[in-house]
Amino acid sequence: MNRPQRGAAGSRGLGTMEVKSKFGAEFRRFSLERSKPGKFEEFYGLLQHVHKIPNVDVLVGYTDIHGDLLPINNDDNYHKAVSTANPLLRIFIQRKEDADYSAFGTDTMTRKKNVLSNVLRPDNHKKKPHIVISMPQDFRPVSSIIDVDILPETHRRVRLYKYGTDKPLGFYIRDGSSVRVTPHGLEKVPGIFISRLVPGGLAQSTGLLAVNDEVLEVNGIEVSGKSLDQVTDMMIANSRNLIITVRPANQRNNVVRNSRTSGSSGQSTESSLPSSTPNILANFLQGEEESDEEDIIIEDSGEPQQIPKAAPASESLESLTQIELHESTQNGFLPSAEMNLNHSAGSISMEHEVQDPDHKSLEEDGTIITL
Amino acid sequence: MRRFLRPGHDPVRERLKRDLFQFNKTVEHGFPHQPSALGYSPFLRLMAIGTRSGAIKLYGAPGVEFMGLHEENNTVMQIHFIPDQCQLVTLLDDNSLHLWSLKQHSGASELREEHRFTLKGPPGSPPSATQITAVLPHSSREVLYLGTESGNIFVVELPSFRVLEDRTITSEAVLQRVPEDYCNRRSCELVEALREHPKNPDQILIGYSRGLIVLWDLQNNKVTHQFLGSQQLENLYWQRDGSKFISCHYDGSYTQWPVSSDNRQPEPLENLVPYGPFPCKAISKIYWQTTKNGLPYIIFQGGMPRASYGDRHSISVVHGSQQTAFDFTSRVIDFFIIFSSEPTAEFDDPSAMVVLAEEELVVIDLKTAGWPAVHPPYLASLHCSAITCSHHVSNIPLKLWERIISAGSKQNIHYSNMPWPIDGGTNIAPDPPQRDLLLTGHEDGTVRFWDASGVCLHLLYKLSTVRVFLTDADPNDNMNTVGEDEWPPLRKVGTFDPYSDDPRLGIQKIYLCKYSGYLAVAGTAGQVLVMELNDEDAEHVVDHAEADLLQDQEGYRWKGHEKLKTRDGPVRFEAGFQPFVLVQCQPPAVVTSLALHSEWKLVAFGTSHGFGLFDHQQKRLVFVKCTLHPSDQLALEGPLSRVKSLKKSLRQSFRRIRRSRVSSRKRRGGSGNALEVQEANAKFDQDALQEMELAPVQRKIEARSAEDSFTGFVRTLYFADTFLRDSSRHCPSLWAGTNGGTVYAFCLRVPPAERRMDEPVRAEQAKEIQLMHRAPVVGILVLDGRSTPLPEPLEVAHDLSKSPDMQGSHQLLVVSEEQFKVFTLPKVSSKLKLKLTALEGCRVRKVTVANFGSCKTDDYSENDLAVLTNLGDIQIISLPFLKLQIRYPCIRKEDVSGIASCVFTKYGQGFYLISPSEFERFSLSTKWLVEPRCVVDMLEVTSNNHVHTKSGMENAARKSRSSGDHGEDERKSGRLMEHALLNDEKVLKEIQSTLEGGR
Repeated sequence: MNRPQRGAAGSRGLGTMEVKSKFGAEFRRFSLERSKPGKFEEFYGLLQHVHKIPNVDVLVGYTDIHGDLLPINNDDNYHKAVSTANPLLRIFIQRKEDADYSAFGTDTMTRKKNVLSNVLRPDNHKKKPHIVISMPQDFRPVSSIIDVDILPETHRRVRLYKYGTDKPLGFYIRDGSSVRVTPHGLEKVPGIFISRLVPGGLAQSTGLLAVNDEVLEVNGIEVSGKSLDQVTDMMIANSRNLIITVRPANQRNNVVRNSRTSGSSGQSTESSLPSSTPNILANFLQGEEESDEEDIIIEDSGEPQQIPKAAPASESLESLTQIELHESTQNGFLPSAEMNLNHSAGSISMEHEVQDPDHKSLEEDGTIITL
Repeated sequence: MRRFLRPGHDPVRERLKRDLFQFNKTVEHGFPHQPSALGYSPFLRLMAIGTRSGAIKLYGAPGVEFMGLHEENNTVMQIHFIPDQCQLVTLLDDNSLHLWSLKQHSGASELREEHRFTLKGPPGSPPSATQITAVLPHSSREVLYLGTESGNIFVVELPSFRVLEDRTITSEAVLQRVPEDYCNRRSCELVEALREHPKNPDQILIGYSRGLIVLWDLQNNKVTHQFLGSQQLENLYWQRDGSKFISCHYDGSYTQWPVSSDNRQPEPLENLVPYGPFPCKAISKIYWQTTKNGLPYIIFQGGMPRASYGDRHSISVVHGSQQTAFDFTSRVIDFFIIFSSEPTAEFDDPSAMVVLAEEELVVIDLKTAGWPAVHPPYLASLHCSAITCSHHVSNIPLKLWERIISAGSKQNIHYSNMPWPIDGGTNIAPDPPQRDLLLTGHEDGTVRFWDASGVCLHLLYKLSTVRVFLTDADPNDNMNTVGEDEWPPLRKVGTFDPYSDDPRLGIQKIYLCKYSGYLAVAGTAGQVLVMELNDEDAEHVVDHAEADLLQDQEGYRWKGHEKLKTRDGPVRFEAGFQPFVLVQCQPPAVVTSLALHSEWKLVAFGTSHGFGLFDHQQKRLVFVKCTLHPSDQLALEGPLSRVKSLKKSLRQSFRRIRRSRVSSRKRRGGSGNALEVQEANAKFDQDALQEMELAPVQRKIEARSAEDSFTGFVRTLYFADTFLRDSSRHCPSLWAGTNGGTVYAFCLRVPPAERRMDEPVRAEQAKEIQLMHRAPVVGILVLDGRSTPLPEPLEVAHDLSKSPDMQGSHQLLVVSEEQFKVFTLPKVSSKLKLKLTALEGCRVRKVTVANFGSCKTDDYSENDLAVLTNLGDIQIISLPFLKLQIRYPCIRKEDVSGIASCVFTKYGQGFYLISPSEFERFSLSTKWLVEPRCVVDMLEVTSNNHVHTKSGMENAARKSRSSGDHGEDERKSGRLMEHALLNDEKVLKEIQSTLEGGR
């Protein structure tokens, strides 16, 4: 997942940095230690303090070097904001109630906007006057291309992040055949292909997968020799953190090796060593694997909780918990909630139970029959 | 640390694994699927059954079984034992002949195919010229006579299958002496029957399909007698003394013919249509058996009046004024009569009739008045009503075992007491290590108790739950009643009855407590019956209770079947398991899980709507829990709404089949050129690939959500005495796992025994675990402080198990279709997991804890999980560390019903259905292995016959001639036989005593 690049963050400038913060018509100026920006929570507290709005929920945004208004809502983008501020960090604060969501992301690349809007509004096929982007703190990665440096250029390893149950992964696979080079010359071998993308699904919205892409691996495991049903089961079993390696049908948009545009797994500097792929992927997965699914337990107190690890919890677990929380708050104030109603009413009822301890315990009383 | 211990790197463990695990398919229980041929050797006293899939199975005394499989997998058409040999010949529908023999190998006999042969005619002759229709193994054991469609009879030498062309009996040679006018009317056509003269091995009787019968002299190569039959011939049978024979015909008649030296072309003695005068169906086989009292037995298959009884599968036995037409529920494949086979005996004196019907084996005792059926010790028709579920209980205490047998014996009084007449061979397998029961639930509401301890799966007792309910079937409707003037005198025999009165009666789950004799049985219409073993008949009222699993759910309508109506008032139950409580789930959906705790006297049951707990001591419902998801319409409405989608999917699959047929036909045309095999193969592959592209089967990739259908479906229920709330006090608990990956845990308070009737059992929900991967939970298990699975209820009380360790901390194992997960208790935190589906793409279908003992040392054993996946693989996974130990392919992944039917035993064995009527038994353990091990010894057969008849001299001489064919492993017996050639009575006795001493 989006590893915080803490090391890199403060390395650029030294000394202090000027911050100009605007809330309504009021401006506040203060300075920050560029090398020690601290955490977002602290920064958020600081802003509330300097503007004297301790109990007001606000949205924090900043203008980046291109003049785009971008949100600050976690450590990552906070550090990014601090590290890129040159020389001044301009902060804009809005009340949550009257926040103008459409202001965010203006002038950014259209592709990016699509991605975001698609994630946050699953049914974007419905016509809407203008695109509404939900709360910035709900932003999270939905997909990424990983291991670019260790895979052959013809392959693409795509990671799909499936958090809640609100958006379908949305693709179909089928049997097919592909031509391989073998010691006996060219041979046709059976393979698994993407046969259909569900409009509005995660797979389609990422733009990273397409019909007729050949599926080579699922979470690091080769699919050759496995039946369609087996591959289906593997994908569904990994659906919360699905990493599929494909050979795209369209080979024109491949990532060019030496321009390291997306280095999410920036561990490997030795590229072009395809033989080491499984290892690296395995390492990569190892840390993440544990976090991909944590079961929920409800004790008889009615208090839901994520099942803790018996072993010391890893860092990634924390991050996941955070995300899960974000997710559940999202239902509260999505402006397009009425459109999601059908969908969410059913899908999140588990969370409903989890969230509503009163309701829960009531129900339990009902089941205890004392004779 | 564990992470670095890679499996397969520990040589000690690897060695131990070899001592613990081993995969074997050991024996097939039940009735062969689609039998197609029957054979019997009076000499070996062995019966052979061939099937449409090319299997051949030999059966003798209980425990004596052999199996062979023709490589071609073609239908076995005929089976003929070579007289007085351990050899048999099979004819397949591809016109190939196969010679099989029983040979001893390391102490036990094995059935092996020795030779195969296809009769080839002269070049250019039509295939019918060599299409074999009749086979006669000659008593000289040197040749086979093969009657063909062309009417020619070929002679082949044994065992080489060399055609002796000069001895071919052509139809021209036969017709030479047949009167012109008869010849003109009909050509010979195919050879229908070949029979050797019972006294004179140089004469054979040849019957042609158009009715001509001739007696052929092998010495002089000419016809000695001709019998000009006017009806199409079906079969022939010699009378014992060779003075007469009998022919049976297509028009339902049979005819007796005299054979004497003064008349070379005799007229028939008697021509009779037994079920005339109206047109009758063919009599396809007939026996004429002489008896001491002079009245013969005439036994024939078919011959029923065409119009009114043409659809019956019958065999009639006529003996003087007694006549019975045994009426079988399935097609008769073939039958034989067991009679005195001693050549010196004056009469046949038939003792039993063995009938192979398509779905069962029926044996009739012909010696006892009324001709009762004999209870077969093997070849049971498991599917007499379709099997709906099965349950295995290992190591039954002797007391319960005897009580079940005694209950069963009261049900079997109508069977004959005759010892099993097919008793060839010797079972040398060690006695089964323990008494095992396999319980099968059936569609008709019965539960059958099988003795699954050894090689012979034998019915002990049959329990019917039908009496509790009111069904449409009239209880007075007895099929067996025969009116006074009933003609034909039909009598229903056999147990195969695939028609269920009411599908709701079907048994879905069974749970037997072997210590207390409590049995819980649950069915298709939400009925849960709790029963108790009673050695006497009893009449009592069954208590009823309703469990409304949808208590607080609104706006729902069950569209499935109604619950079964119950009988009011007391019901009479025969000795055996007698129900005393009926819990009716509402809505009456199929019961999907069941657990019984005989110590706490509690029964838990689950359906697609929820689960409940019932106190069968106080006869009170303790609680119910609805597991239904509000959006799950399918589960709400019941099975009816699924019909549409089923229809649709059926239609689709038919389409797919049709498509693949078309393309396979094309394929065949393409690969015609034999010289370019490679190219053809490549083309084949290409076609196969193209076909795949033509039929794009798509699979949707979607994360499971709480919305999916049947998430509330309760898959597993489990009772455990463990630490649910805190680590200081343990308490009884009930665990339930659903299809949606939820585990519910309830804390139970069971009053102590002395106040058990006074205080209510209480339950309180303590925990709910939602597995994030949401896969169906198929197993729940609690491991004690020593990481040993908790013992079964009452196991400790009976001193059969160590009491569980309540000091160390307990662990919870949850098995979903996709993962194995160990959690700590009482605080549920995840400790370990093994992902199966994510890594291998297979899912768990069945899982059981099994105890594996080492074959090397008696004192080592361990508990592991035996797992069957949807790919038909069996995996053994260690406890508590969840390490994959070993993997064996077991069932074809396409065999969905086989995988669904699999049941594991507690000691690493298992059963699965390979057809509706057969269980394959397999073993994963090196220590517990039940497989047939038996000897068929020529010597022994000989001496046994000697004991039987006291006319051993001739017998031994006869047998000794044949001993030349024996394998090298029998050198010792061979030497003994040389002595026997001296025809010395003393030597024979010596042999006999040697044999008996050696045994």
